[in-house]
Amino acid sequence: MKKIGSLKEFACTPDRFQGGHRLCPGCAHSMIVREVVNATDDDLVISTATGCLEVCSAIYPYTSWDVSWIHVGFENAAATISGAEAMYKALSRKNKLYNEDRRVKFVAFGGDGGTYDIGFQSLSGAAERGHDFLYVCLDNENYANTGGQRSSATPLGAHTSTTPRGRVSYGKKQKKKDLTMIMAAHGCPYVATAIPSTKHWKDLATKAAKAISTVGPTFINALSPCTTEWKFKPEETTEIADLAVETCAFPLYEIEDGHKLKITYRPKVKLPIEDYLSRQGRFSHLFKPENKWIIEEWQKQVDEYWDYLQRREEAGV
Amino acid sequence: MATPKEMLTDWDKVQFGAVLPAFEDPEHKKRSKFHSYNYSVADWRVEKPVFNRELCIDCDFCWVSCPDSCFIVEEVVTKRGKKQAKIVGINYNLCKGCGVCVEVCPTPIKSLLMFPEYVDNEEALKQWPKKDK
Repeated sequence: MKKIGSLKEFACTPDRFQGGHRLCPGCAHSMIVREVVNATDDDLVISTATGCLEVCSAIYPYTSWDVSWIHVGFENAAATISGAEAMYKALSRKNKLYNEDRRVKFVAFGGDGGTYDIGFQSLSGAAERGHDFLYVCLDNENYANTGGQRSSATPLGAHTSTTPRGRVSYGKKQKKKDLTMIMAAHGCPYVATAIPSTKHWKDLATKAAKAISTVGPTFINALSPCTTEWKFKPEETTEIADLAVETCAFPLYEIEDGHKLKITYRPKVKLPIEDYLSRQGRFSHLFKPENKWIIEEWQKQVDEYWDYLQRREEAGV
Repeated sequence: MATPKEMLTDWDKVQFGAVLPAFEDPEHKKRSKFHSYNYSVADWRVEKPVFNRELCIDCDFCWVSCPDSCFIVEEVVTKRGKKQAKIVGINYNLCKGCGVCVEVCPTPIKSLLMFPEYVDNEEALKQWPKKDK
């Protein structure tokens, strides 16, 4: 496990995910990916599900990756990485490894479409089979690559192109799926949530280093604010991510061995959910008088979930 | 295995299982011309960040939050023998002008500020806000 010290030391790491990709200005995807791939010194094999990250980082003939990288379809990032891992094990059993003194780690990246919806079967299967890999979900709460359709990660009341706001509809009518808990229920040895931000950079880097060094299937759910579809200015990315944590809309926690829950950051003053919602264009319709009840519903759900996490941490189950 | 040059003869002659190597010479980390590091996204931006070395405290917040890894970092060894990253400048080929670095800069007078693209860097440094006395 790479020791994550101060940021000044961490910044000496040579970047393994380079610039020049065509992600939107201010996209949080590349912040997360950079931190995750820099959080280990071992060789990496990476598979990426279809999504913004894959499309923008590998426009032919260019590549942004300084590590081995496989691009696969929407549905099988986890299946591919588990296949690569199985082959690596088989080769090491037969002493046919190319470079024996180097250890190889396996990481898969997927958007929320490729993780929550389409890729869920392969992720669930890979976790059940117990392959040694890390799956990072870059959760931007919609299908941003194809024009902002709803996904099962989209929260209540959000405007997307398939759940538009208007006279009849107030946006998405269902609440967000809790994938982190579902992955913990698979019995994964390490499951965590993270955000890209300067305040919590160490949180993400240590979680990534821990997850990569843990043997067995591990999962990190990283919130990735999307400037294009959430409709805020590009420079506010880290602020929005911070607000999601400060309002407990996206709490930071980790779960070991499928049950030992630990909250890694507690906001000193829990901000009202309006602070988070009012900064994003996709929620602007919720502040009309007829939609006030949705914000109250949000607040209720957030409070209940935060309560649940705290009680679970206390009880240690 | 085909070299990148052979693969790029025609769009309809792309080979199956084509490999696009990040490095031409992996030993010395010499990046091939197909590495996106050698691609320019400079025409995306309207405003550019300008870096003021004199005000910088090397907190490296901009390095960690830059989505395009465009901060050039130099490794310095301190008196206590610790490795430390020193921000040297900005790679304007990779910068898209999102402004995240300016937002996260913690110094009282920011050491990074956004200026319009047409302003010269030296001109911008002269226009920097001064400390209140």
